[in-house]
Parts: sequence; C-alpha cells; structure tokens
Amino acid sequence: MVAMLELKNVEAFYGPIRALHGISLSVEQGGIVTVLGANGAGKTTTLRAICGMIKTTGSIKFEGREIFGKLTESVARLGIAHVPEGRGTFEKLTTEENLRLGAFTRRDRNAVAEDMDRVYGYFPVLAERREQQAGTLSGGEQQMLAIGRALMLRPRLMLLDEPSFGLAPMIVQEIFRIMRSINENDGVSMLLVEQNAALAMDLADQAFLLETGEVVMSGDTKTMKEDESIRTSYLGY
Amino acid sequence: MEIFLQQVLSGLATGAIYASLALALVMIYQTTELINFAQGEMAMFSTYIAWALINAGMPYWAAFFLTIGISFVGGMAIERIIIRPVEKAPVLALVIVFIGLLVIFNSLAGWLWTYTIKEFPSPFPVGSPGGNTYIGFHQLGMIGVTLLVLLFLYLFFRFAPLGLALRAVAQNPVSSRLVGVRVGWMLALGWGLAAAVGAVAGMMVAPRLFLDPNMMGGVLLYAFAAALLGGTTSPLGAVIGGFTLGVLENLAGTYIPFIGTELKLAFALGIIILVLLVRPQGLLGKKIVARV
Ligand SMILES: Nc1ncnc2c1ncn2[C@@H]1O[C@H](COP(=O)(O)OP(=O)(O)OP(=O)(O)O)[C@@H](O)[C@H]1O
Ligand SMILES: [Mg+2]
Repeated sequence: MVAMLELKNVEAFYGPIRALHGISLSVEQGGIVTVLGANGAGKTTTLRAICGMIKTTGSIKFEGREIFGKLTESVARLGIAHVPEGRGTFEKLTTEENLRLGAFTRRDRNAVAEDMDRVYGYFPVLAERREQQAGTLSGGEQQMLAIGRALMLRPRLMLLDEPSFGLAPMIVQEIFRIMRSINENDGVSMLLVEQNAALAMDLADQAFLLETGEVVMSGDTKTMKEDESIRTSYLGY
Repeated sequence: MEIFLQQVLSGLATGAIYASLALALVMIYQTTELINFAQGEMAMFSTYIAWALINAGMPYWAAFFLTIGISFVGGMAIERIIIRPVEKAPVLALVIVFIGLLVIFNSLAGWLWTYTIKEFPSPFPVGSPGGNTYIGFHQLGMIGVTLLVLLFLYLFFRFAPLGLALRAVAQNPVSSRLVGVRVGWMLALGWGLAAAVGAVAGMMVAPRLFLDPNMMGGVLLYAFAAALLGGTTSPLGAVIGGFTLGVLENLAGTYIPFIGTELKLAFALGIIILVLLVRPQGLLGKKIVARV
C-alpha cells in the first residue's frame, strides 16, 4: 500500500536560511495526521514545501508520484487543497466569489453547484454572508470560508494550517467536528498543523512532533497521548 | 450655452479615449504596480495594423476585429517574452524596459510606415444626427464603442471565471496559486486585454488625430492623468477620470484664454501634480498605508 503523501528527507530554505533539516513523514489514504510543535518549529514551512511555495530539496510523493519541484498551482490541480496560515482570504471579493475560486480548476459545473450547497450546509453562516465582502467577515467566518474554499477543489488531501487560530472554543469545536465529517463522508485525507495539541490529537490517528525543523517524535496519537513528556509539554495535564 | 454644450459633448468623446487607455493602464497596474509607459505606443502600433489591413482591401469592421485579436495576442506575447524574465527586477529596471518598449514601437512604426501623417477612416457617417451642431456621428460612435468595451469588460470581470481569477491574482497571488490559478498566464491575459482595449482606443481616436507614430503621446499623458485622478487601483475611477478630463480639457481650452490648444499638455501635467499633492490615492482609489 502506497501512502497518499510521503515526504522523505525534506529540507527547505528561506534564502540562505535552512528552516527544515530533513523531515520525513507520511499520510495514509483517508488518514488524518497532525503536525505539532512550538512557534517557529517549521510546521508552516512543511506545508509550504509540499505545495512548492519555497525552495526545497528531498523527495515529496503524492499518490506515488514525485511532486517535488512542481509549481504551486500544479500541486493544487492534483487535488491538494491548502488552507494557509492567515486564511488567505480574497478580501475584496464576496464570500461566494471566494468559494467559486476554490473550484476554479474544475469543469464539472453541476457538481460544483452541489459542492457549493454542501459547503453552505456545513457553514450556514457563510450562506447568509454570500454577497458580503470576504474581508469584512469575522475571523471565524473567514476560517470557515478558507476551509470551504479548499473543499470546493474537491481535494483528496487537505493541508490545514492552524484552523483553530484565534477562534472561540465553541467555534473551534464546531470546525473540528466538521473536519471529521469531511474526512469520514468525503474520504478526504488531512495533514493538520495545530497549536491546540489536545484537540488535534483527538482528531488525528498519527502525530509528528517538530522541533526546530526536525521530527523529534512520531507515532499513533493513542500511544502518544500516554507519553509523559508529551502530556506535560503539549497537553498540559 | 451652445458652445458650452458642444465642448462638453466633444469632451466626452475624447474622454472616452482617455477612459479606455486609462483602464488599460489600471489593468496592468493592478497586477504589477507599474505604469506601462508603452501603452500609448502599443495602441498606436495596433492602429497602424488596422490601417494596413484596411489599405489591403479588408472591410472596416473585419479589420477592426482582426486588429483587436492581433493586439490581444501581441499583448500576451509581450508579457510572456519581454516582461516575464524581468518580472522580479527592481522597479527602475522595469521602467526602463517599458520606456524601451515605447521607443521600439515608435521607431518600428516609423520604419515600417514612415513618419508622414496618414488619414484613418471612421466607420461612422460624416455629419451629425439630424444635422445638429452639438455632436457628430463619429464622436457619438466613439462614446458608444467605448461604452460597449466597458460593458464587455464589466461582464467579463464580474461573471466569467477567468475574469474572477484575474481579479483574484491582482489582490492575492499566493492564494490564487493555492486554488490552482496559473498566475503567470493571468498576468499575460491582463496584458492582452490591456493591449486590445488600447487598440480600440487607437482606432477610435485616429480619424480625429490622424495616424502618425507620435499620435498617442499626448493621449497617454491624459490617460495617465485620468488614471491618477480616478485612482490607479480603481477601474471605475479610471473611467470616470477619463471622461472628466476629456470635458475639463475642452472647457479649459475654451474658457481659460491662455490655455488654448498649445498648453493642453501642460494642463494635463497640472492635473497630475494637483492630484499627487491633494489626493494621491485618486478619487476612488484606496489609500496605501505603508508600514513604518
Ligand atoms: N518568510 C520567511 N523568511 C525567512 N524565514 C522564515 C520565513 N518564514 C518562516 N521563517 C523561519 O522559518 C522557521 C520556521 O517557521 P514556520 O513558519 O514554519 O514555523 P511554525 O512552526 O509554523 O510556527 P508558528 O506556530 O508560529 O506558525 C522560523 O525560524 C522562521 O523564523
Ligand atoms: Mg505556522
């Protein structure tokens, strides 16, 4: 069985500065994997490397094919939807236009219309804000919009960069519940970067722990939750 | 009163040209934050192509649409071949590339078609509707064609997926890539559209200005003033700015004795300086807040 996504010995650079020092990780078909780590550990950089947004070395395989060195837009066209850090909203466009852009590469108009309804079903508040400028949505609404936009690609893999960032606990719960149902109903695999380790570990089957650009620990979330050092430094109990 | 109305109406006709060219400038500005100084010469060159086609016996409207097509492809090619490799160069280098383009098109036109002034036909009848003394068929035609171009662009940007993608690229290229938009091609598409719009402006204004390689110099200056007045980040602003300047130019020429026709360019420069001093973001543009 080939992993859906497999990174081997990936290094990434911002100019001359090396931010990832040989990362290896994989996401199984239909699985949810979380990447945890302190600020500056290289979580966002890992997602950027997958999408060809930054200079990288090593090997990145998606469904068995090497995607290393591809343009960001080509990676997206393979079915990898990235919900970026900071949400990446098209602020001057309406909510609906943001969602339409998510489906830009698709030609199956009827299915796109269905997916639009599905997104509005997951996030009814977005339907109410259809014609509103996306920049004027609240932070939580913009996060929902970013996830919705990614869903419109009908992706096989979603990369989520701190979807809980800056959101009220109630909304975070809601978004995580929706992510689980997207994973279960639509069979979308996920690579989830999170600060909220407890929630992320509940959702994910596998976790990778990053420290200054290196994987320092990885495994099943069940076993990792039992680990003393993880409990004290990440889960806080 | 009659003179006033005449001047306003013919001002709207030239204003239509300024509006089109200003819109072309804004289209490129939105994705590159640079003014394409060669926009006027590109329009002039397109007009020569139309002239050559018509001279070769092609009916006016066939030549008109073929020229638009050629200009569109040409504009895209310029972006792909000339601008692309220097995309990330410092601003000054890009400005020099634009000025280089300007000089190249100007001399190429002079070399191919000489610098002697040529007449360019109007597709509209001579005279004026009902023999009125306010506005002729050609001027009405200029306004009408411009409004059609604007309507087409509005519909394209509002409803077509490609139009939406172009707007997306202008405001957030990174997110655009993440949804699979091929940003490089969108930039080229912007150049193609700008060149096509410029071509229409050139063909519409040429029957009044006559055709010569330097015909667009003054027009571009006004278009630039129009874009600045309306706000270089706002397409609607550019259009309003264009029409406003066309009218203002005429009124100033008529009612301020020392301006006449000689100081018309100075008038445009005056407007540019005034806008920069009083409202740098233009009427509808967004103020850019720089972080300190
Ligand atoms: N654009 C950039 N230019 C230079 N260095 C950068 C850039 N972005 C990130 N870095 C550096 O790369 C390292 C990893 O950053 P990254 O953004 O991947 O961290 P992160 O794990 O996502 O952190 P956070 O939890 O704060 O989002 C950091 O040391 C950071 O300073
Ligand atoms: Mg980050």
